[in-house]
Amino acid sequence: MTITDVLCPFCGALCDDVVVEVENNKIVEVKEACEMGVSKMMGHERITTPMIRESGELKETTYEDAVDKTAEILVNSIRPLIYGWSSTTCEAHKKGIELAEEMGAVIDNTASVCHGPSILAIQNVGLPSCTLGQIKNRADLIIYWGSNQAEAHPRHMSRYTSFPRGFFSEEGRKGKKVVVVDVRKTTTVEVADEFIQVAPGEDYPVLSALRAILAGEEDIVPSCVGGVSKERLIELVEKMKDARFGVIFFGLGLTHTRGRHNNVVNAISLVRELNAHTKFVIMPMRGHYNVTGFNQVCTWETGFPFAVDFSRGQPWYNPGETSAVDILNRKECDSALIVASDPAAHFPRKSVEHLAKIPLIQIDPYPNPTMELADVVIPSAIAGVEVEGTAYRMDKVPIRLRKVIEPNHLSDEEILGRILDKVRERRGE
Amino acid sequence: MKKIDVKLITGRLVEQGIHLENKMSDEYLKAAAVCELNERDVAELGIRDEGNVRVKSRFGEVVVMAKVNNENPAGIAFIPMGPWANRVIDPDTGGCGMPHYKGMDAEVGLSYESIPTIKELMEDVK
Repeated sequence: MTITDVLCPFCGALCDDVVVEVENNKIVEVKEACEMGVSKMMGHERITTPMIRESGELKETTYEDAVDKTAEILVNSIRPLIYGWSSTTCEAHKKGIELAEEMGAVIDNTASVCHGPSILAIQNVGLPSCTLGQIKNRADLIIYWGSNQAEAHPRHMSRYTSFPRGFFSEEGRKGKKVVVVDVRKTTTVEVADEFIQVAPGEDYPVLSALRAILAGEEDIVPSCVGGVSKERLIELVEKMKDARFGVIFFGLGLTHTRGRHNNVVNAISLVRELNAHTKFVIMPMRGHYNVTGFNQVCTWETGFPFAVDFSRGQPWYNPGETSAVDILNRKECDSALIVASDPAAHFPRKSVEHLAKIPLIQIDPYPNPTMELADVVIPSAIAGVEVEGTAYRMDKVPIRLRKVIEPNHLSDEEILGRILDKVRERRGE
Repeated sequence: MKKIDVKLITGRLVEQGIHLENKMSDEYLKAAAVCELNERDVAELGIRDEGNVRVKSRFGEVVVMAKVNNENPAGIAFIPMGPWANRVIDPDTGGCGMPHYKGMDAEVGLSYESIPTIKELMEDVK
């Protein structure tokens, strides 16, 4: 059976043109997706059964016992941390936030180690942005800043930016200029017209210099800023002003480096000021396919996009205090529930050390480093392959994930619902 | 043994992304337990064809395989995001929730030790 228009549940570009061949409830071929998407949809080793750790060994158990053990850990915990969410549906997010509220827990999302600083910046200065459809149809200057999208979002250029022909960009690639700003010559540079190499940690002063030149104050800009000559900076500003519709896509090169959210504030401010001359927009290159979805759901449920602490009885938001890495670094949480993510692989060693010491529950389709530390492991169905639901593309457009094969496991939403019921039962509610 | 000072950067590679949800595999180790360096830096370390390096920062150390990438300027080391990179990154979030994943000072030296597996890395934090 051929299934068309399947969404790829891998990165924030959320390609919706994937073709999947299914035989006997097994995916036998995936077409149109990038290598990462094909790899995910074709499948990997799975966690086959729920497990509970006894005397240091994970022992197979039933969903019922694993859910009951999870509820026991959470009910006996004073400060649980509930974390993850970027590789599952918005329906699961909603259930997770309900559980966090019930427990008075802290709920955080992988955004806090990804584009969390971008969200802080957007809360400071707003975000002049648009949909990827607008960019496809109108943009003639595309700037990737600190974003190696050829490796992280391989079809971004072909679907939304450099290559497609749009209503007002009939010439396709020929009519567009592509500029890459990065600290190293990434693979994205190979398909760009221009590469501007910035010294590591120097994005902030380079952005400030561009703003100064744009404001007509080029006299105060030194001859070289962050490894970039003044002449090149002036040329880039002219290019930006001359564009009919320009866009900056920025990646973790801005959020992971010195300056963090301040770099993004500076980039957004530059774009705001460019709008006095021409149409210009800016967009974060969101990583996981539904990290944006969690921030949307969390905002409409709690008023805040991530790092929400319910211990006061109402939502409290203060990244740096209520974000997962900080809570782990302070050795503050006394249990953790991880859903659809792998902090043991992606958090700093210091944070992982505390994760290893506390009761840890993992809900995920795949064995991973977090499983090596977990006390309870609950396998889930793969959202977007075995479960349908809603996901938000990086431009905040919600799209419906499709189910292409029948699952052998429960969905994240179902597992969280069962945990919530069990928690309420144990608390006599 | 020769050592060089570098600015360390972590980030995504397609190969690492392909095996992102297959982390317990050998393929993931081969994709993520690497350190990309300019050939000048690799030569300075005395590595001819291939070899391992010990990457050390104020926050930890880890052994990974050296790999030549001349698109990296000399003095910049790149390790794909993942459990090996996270042994050496700065956990301080500067009050905003985000550790310092890119641009920290580190030292890279030739190593004859083997690359730790994920199971070994996780045993070590217990």
